[in-house]
Amino acid sequence: MNLVQKEVEKCDSLSGFFIIMSMAGGTGSGLGAFVTQSLQDQYSNSLRMNQIIWPYGTGEVIVQNYNSILTLSHLYRSSDALLVHENDAAHKICAKLMNIKQISFSDINQVLAHQLGSVFQPTYSTEGSFHYRRNPLGDLMESLVPHPEFKMLGVRNIPQMSESSLAYSTFTWTGLLKHLRQMLISNAKMEEGIDWQVQPHFSGHPTLGKMSLNKELHFNTSIANLVILRGKDVHSADLGGFKDPALYTSWLDPVNAFSVWKTQRAFCKYEKSAALVSNSQFLVKPLDMIVGKAWSMFASKAYIHQYTKFGVEEEDFLDSFTLLEQVIASYCNL
Amino acid sequence: MTQSVVVQVGQCGNQIGCCFWDLALREHAAVNQKGIYDEAISSFFRNVDTRVVGDGSSISKGKICSLKARAVLIDMEEGVVNEILQGPLRDVFDSKQLITDISGSGNNWAVGHKVFGSRYQEQIVEKLRKAAEHCDCLQCFFIIHSMGGGTGSGLGTFLLKVLEDEFPEVYRFVTSIYPSSEDDVITSPYNIILAMKELSEHADCVLPIDNQSLFDIISKINLMVNSGKLGSVVKPNSLVTSSAGALKKRQEKPFDAMNNIVANLLLNLTSSARFEGSLNMDLNEISMNLVPFPQLHYLVSSLTPLYTLADVHIPPRRLDQMFSDAFSKDHQLIRADPKHSLYLACALMVRGNVQLSDLRRNIERLKPSLQFVSWNQEGWKTSLCAVPPVGHSHSLLALANNTCVKPTFIELRERFMRLYKKKAHLHHYLRVEGMEESCFTQALSSLSTLIEEYDQLDATKSMPMPDVPRLSIAV
Repeated sequence: MNLVQKEVEKCDSLSGFFIIMSMAGGTGSGLGAFVTQSLQDQYSNSLRMNQIIWPYGTGEVIVQNYNSILTLSHLYRSSDALLVHENDAAHKICAKLMNIKQISFSDINQVLAHQLGSVFQPTYSTEGSFHYRRNPLGDLMESLVPHPEFKMLGVRNIPQMSESSLAYSTFTWTGLLKHLRQMLISNAKMEEGIDWQVQPHFSGHPTLGKMSLNKELHFNTSIANLVILRGKDVHSADLGGFKDPALYTSWLDPVNAFSVWKTQRAFCKYEKSAALVSNSQFLVKPLDMIVGKAWSMFASKAYIHQYTKFGVEEEDFLDSFTLLEQVIASYCNL
Repeated sequence: MTQSVVVQVGQCGNQIGCCFWDLALREHAAVNQKGIYDEAISSFFRNVDTRVVGDGSSISKGKICSLKARAVLIDMEEGVVNEILQGPLRDVFDSKQLITDISGSGNNWAVGHKVFGSRYQEQIVEKLRKAAEHCDCLQCFFIIHSMGGGTGSGLGTFLLKVLEDEFPEVYRFVTSIYPSSEDDVITSPYNIILAMKELSEHADCVLPIDNQSLFDIISKINLMVNSGKLGSVVKPNSLVTSSAGALKKRQEKPFDAMNNIVANLLLNLTSSARFEGSLNMDLNEISMNLVPFPQLHYLVSSLTPLYTLADVHIPPRRLDQMFSDAFSKDHQLIRADPKHSLYLACALMVRGNVQLSDLRRNIERLKPSLQFVSWNQEGWKTSLCAVPPVGHSHSLLALANNTCVKPTFIELRERFMRLYKKKAHLHHYLRVEGMEESCFTQALSSLSTLIEEYDQLDATKSMPMPDVPRLSIAV
C-alpha cells in the first residue's frame, strides 16, 4: 500500500484504480482480490475497476474454477466494475481475424491492450467540444453500472484485422455500427460468424424476455451500453440502432441506458473504429460454466485440502457459490 | 527465485544424484555463457570462494568462483560416495555434506529405517539445517532413492518424517526407483511395501520410476541409433540418455544411461522454476494442481522426445508427434498405460521453441482420446519454458495423476504376499529393535487403502457424469 500511496500522491485528481489480474492462478487472483479490498478500505472515495482475464475453457490451470469463483465473489464485494477479457475470445481473434499462425501470449496480450486502448484513450466530453473528457472512468461507471448487483462488463471491437488486410479495406460507420449492434444482440465475441437470425422481440411477447439457462440464450439483453467512436466523420455516425428500447431491460430508458463517446482522432491504424462496452448478459454463460464445474469439483471434495491448509474453509467456498448463483440468476432474469 | 536441496540416499540415489549434478552443470554451462552466478544457478548451486578458510562464505553475485551443489549425500556404505569424491565432481560436493557408514543396510528396510535412522538422526538434521541456512528461500527437498534396497528404502523414508517435522513448510518431492521383476534382491517386496507406507503419509509428491521401463526405453533408443536408416542420423548429445559434454568422460557404466533419463526428468521438472518463459510453473504449483486428495500423490511421468534427429527442419507434425508420444505407453517411466485408465489431473511442461497455440491445439486434439474423471474434465496444467534442454530445440515432460498406477501397486502387493504368507526372511526384520509384525500389517493395509481409493475412482469411469444439483436461488 506504500507504493500505491506514492503513486496517488503524484496525481492531481485521482478518479480511481485499474487492477489488472487473472482469475485462474494464485497471485493475480488471490492477491489481486486482496489488494482490491485494501484499496476499498483505504481509498473508499475512489473507483475500482478490475480488468480480469478469464481463463481458457479447455483448462490451463487445474484449479482455475475454484480460484475463479473465490476471486469473483470477493471482487463483487469490493470492486465497482469488472471488465472481463476472455482468453478464448482473444485467441480466436488472433487466429481468425488477425491471421496469426503461431499464436503466442504477446499476440493475445496485444489484442487485449487494443481493447483497453480503444476504450480508455481520450475522447471529447460533449458533442462538438474540444475539451477532453476529464473522468472517463467515472463517466463509464456512471453510465454502465447503475445497480451494484450488475457489475460484469464486456468489450467488443470493430473492425479487427491484421495490418496487411487493413490496406485493402474501407469502412462506413453504417456498416460498422450495424455489425457491432448485431454482435451485441447475438452475443458474438468477434466480428465473424455473427448470427443474423437473432433479433429483438417486440414488447408484445413478454415471456421471451425471461430466460432460463436451459434454453439457449439467443437474445442478449443489455442493462446499459457505451459505444466509443474514433475516426473520420465521426459526427455523421447514426446510432439509432443502439437506442432501440427492445435491446434493454424495462427498468432503464434507452436515453439513460445508452451513451456514446466520440473523437475525430483515429485509433491505431484504423481509419474508423468503434468499441462497445456492455453491461449485458454477455458473461452469463461463461460464468455459469465456471460455477458449474467448480461445484462439481467441490461436490467431490477434490483439492479442498490444499485450500484449507492456508485458511480458506468450505464455508468460504459456499459463500462464494451462493453469491455467484445469485448474480447468474439476476442476469438471467433481465 | 527459490532454492531446492537434493538429498540422495543409498547406492541408487547417489548414482542418480551424481548424473543429475553432472547434467545440471552441463545445462547451466550451455545457457550461462558468461559465467555469472545468477538466480537460475542459485536454485541448485552455491557460489563459494574456496580460498577463504572456513565454511566457504557464499557469494551471491558476480562471476562464478566455485560452485557447490545444494545436496546432502547419505549412504551407509562407503563405496559409492567415495567414488564420487574421487571423481570429476569432487569439487561440487564437500565432506560436510556427507553422512556415511561402513557396513551398509544389508538390503534390510528395518536396518536402514530403525537402526541407522536413530543412529544418524541428529547428524541428518544438522546437515539439512546447514543446507537450508545457505538458501534465501528454500522451497523444496528432492529426495532420490530406490525402493528395493535397505538404505535408500529404509533410511530414505525415515528422512521424510524428519523433513516433515523439521521443515513442515518445505515441499518434499520424492523420486523413487522401483526394481524390475528380474531384481536380484529377494526381500525387495518387503522393503517396497514398508517404504510405500511412509511415502503415502509423509511425501507431498512421489514420482515412481520402474527400472524395467528405463531399460525398455534404452533398448528402443539403441535400436533407433543402430538401425542406420537413411536420413535418421541421431544427434549424439540429444539422446535423453547421453552425458555428452558432461564432466564425466570415463567409461560409461551400465546404469548410466538409465540414470541419465531420471536426471533429465528432474531437470525438466525444475526448468520452469529456474529459467524464464511465457507461462511459468513453480514447484508448489505442481503439488497444488496434481494432488486432488492428500494420499493420491503418485505421478506417472513421461519424457519426450527421447532423441532428436539431425534433421534441421522440424515440421509441425514432428511437434505434434512429441505431444502424442508423451501419452503413449512406451514413453512412460513406469510400466503403465495412462491412456486406457482414468486421469485425475495432467501437467504438461513444455520447454523450448513451442508456442501457446501449439500447446492449446494439441490439448484439444488429444483430449477426446483420454478419459478424465468427471469432476475434472479440463484437468490440464500447462507451462511454457523458453529454454530448451541441451541438444534439443524443444521437449515435453508430462506428469499424470492417473489410476494406471493401480496395477503396479496390486502387483507389488502380490509379490509381498507371496513372501509374507510363508513368513520367509521375516526374522531378519523382526530381529531389529523397534520392528514388529504390526509394522508389516500396517504397511499392507496402507497400500490396500490406497489401491481401494484408486478402485473407487476407476468405478466412476464408466458411469455417466453425475448431475450434482446446483444451489437454487429464491428470486
